[in-house]
Amino acid sequence: MAKIKRICEFLVERDEDKCIKCQACVRMCSNDVHKYDGEENTIRSESSKCAGCHFCEQLCPTAAITIKKNMYALRENYNWQKEYVYDILRQAETGGVILTGMGCDKKYKNYFDRIVLNASQVTNPSIDPLREPMELKTFIGKKPNSIRFTTQNEEKMLKTEIPPQLELEIPIMFSAMSFGSISLNAMKSLAIAAKKFGTCWNTGEGGLPEQLYPYSDKCIVQVASGRFGVDINYLEKAAAIEIKIGQGAKPGIGGHLPGEKVSAEISRTRIIPEGTDALSPAPHHDIYSIEDLKQLVFALKEVTLYKKIIGVKIAAVHNIAPIATGVIRAGADYVAIDGIRGGTGAAPKIIRDNVGIPVEIAIAAVDQRLREEGIRNQASIIAAGGFRKSSDVVKAIALGADAVYIGSAALISLGCHLCQKCYTGKCNWGIATQDPYLTKRLNPEIGAERAYNLLRAWSLEIKEMLGGMGINAIESLRSNREQLRGFDLNEVELKFLGIKHVGEAW
Amino acid sequence: MVKGKLLIREEYCMGCRLCEVHCITQHSGTKDIVKAYKGKEQKPLSGIYFEEDRHVSFAIQCRHCEEAPCIEACLTGAMYKDKITGAVLHNNEKCAGCWMCVMVCPLGVIKVDIQNRKIASKCDLCITSGFPVCVENCPNEAIVLVDAKGEKIGRK
Repeated sequence: MAKIKRICEFLVERDEDKCIKCQACVRMCSNDVHKYDGEENTIRSESSKCAGCHFCEQLCPTAAITIKKNMYALRENYNWQKEYVYDILRQAETGGVILTGMGCDKKYKNYFDRIVLNASQVTNPSIDPLREPMELKTFIGKKPNSIRFTTQNEEKMLKTEIPPQLELEIPIMFSAMSFGSISLNAMKSLAIAAKKFGTCWNTGEGGLPEQLYPYSDKCIVQVASGRFGVDINYLEKAAAIEIKIGQGAKPGIGGHLPGEKVSAEISRTRIIPEGTDALSPAPHHDIYSIEDLKQLVFALKEVTLYKKIIGVKIAAVHNIAPIATGVIRAGADYVAIDGIRGGTGAAPKIIRDNVGIPVEIAIAAVDQRLREEGIRNQASIIAAGGFRKSSDVVKAIALGADAVYIGSAALISLGCHLCQKCYTGKCNWGIATQDPYLTKRLNPEIGAERAYNLLRAWSLEIKEMLGGMGINAIESLRSNREQLRGFDLNEVELKFLGIKHVGEAW
Repeated sequence: MVKGKLLIREEYCMGCRLCEVHCITQHSGTKDIVKAYKGKEQKPLSGIYFEEDRHVSFAIQCRHCEEAPCIEACLTGAMYKDKITGAVLHNNEKCAGCWMCVMVCPLGVIKVDIQNRKIASKCDLCITSGFPVCVENCPNEAIVLVDAKGEKIGRK
């Protein structure tokens, strides 16, 4: 059979009347789509190489370039969709696993889109957040079972010792994205924004680069199966420590950073030899049970003198509620749950699209189970995976989460156009790459401002929604499922979400 | 016209060369980007020069020196310092075309422009439009206008 040469997902259209041949597109495309022909003073574009990142389109000074979707030329077939046919063609060519980036893009039911929020009318007053104080402050960590006071010289004193807490100005943090999967400038943008806003960013499993030490007081550091970059300095600098067991995009799968990407800087940060493959095993080889996890949790608590909170990040899988219970009983101060739509820098597509459960159901299930067992106060729940807008955050908190992680949304604020080619390391926006030609395209000053603006915009929107419900503190919304109603959901779904159907009163 | 210094930050220059495109457009007769490049009128020279060596790149224009060698070298007084902004500017009417300014410029940012019959061509800080277009159009803020304290100045 003839070899497949081209699969065009996008069409690059150039308006020749507008094109001034400045060659900005030629110089800027890392996929070599545009080629300049000096003899004929013309630029030709090879659409099959286009990843659909829209960088050239955004940069073109005369708006001469348009990236369009290539219409499906094969005979339409519901079962044999374009993507499946092309994946088979690619696999027949390479014999390999198809890799991808970002989160699951399949048309699974999104429960956030089928939940509506409540608002106050007549029987209780709504609150105007522009005129009255509105509290978004969130504390992550173990809360005491009860609070006792003593009286000293007629003054009430708190007798109960409050365990360490992570103080956040907004219940939104930046997800774990490692140095290696994203560029230093991208990490720096998020770190600056998080510190300025008073929330946390996360190093991911790739260690804490030296240049980001000034922002380490607002940083959650990860201890993952590869143990990259973990030393006492790393643990002591952090605001909190997170043991990464799983990731929503690839539950049960490890990671592999090829040796050629382990540059001097990455090798220093990860504490591994330069040029060697950075392998994250699928499991932690010292954690095969809850008891083993407990040992690591307490080892980390010992080493940081019980001053820092230790969390555990797990992917949302079928047995999530009992697993989360076990994790909390193992001593974790928070459990982060990453749903099926959680993003990644690189994962097998088949895993990303087929493994795991939606985070909405997982939060509800975990919150419910912890309440039933009477241990909900012993740990915070952080939800992650596919938070696209501020209403998703509000709904997640009403379902039982304490805070959420945003990853893709944060990267979109830095310029990401969701082309899903993170794994190639050729990100034109300078985000998911280590190429010095590309990383300098992300100016952390601009990036930090944009990420900060996103947090600010969402915080204003959350306050508006809370005000409408007549609530003036995010604490009062937590697990307040009466504020939610589902529509277009069946009884089983409503049961697992723990919410009523629209039309049903209190 | 705002008073300030142009600061070049090579660490953020991605090498798109859009500063050149916008400089050329700004100094063309029509100030229309497509006409400047494709119209009948001769395209002006860019006042900003792009340099690159592998991934290190930056664009440089006249530094508008405090004590400018080009002003000292000018025979006729065509090269002068604008009293308000401190910009080093060139008066075509007075210029005799000796090109001594081109010779003495330590950065090589004054060019001979024979085609357009402007005898010396250089950055004028976009004094007529009020704000340097290279600063305004740099997609990554690799060229910024800063005040004496180093704070960024935006278009008012």
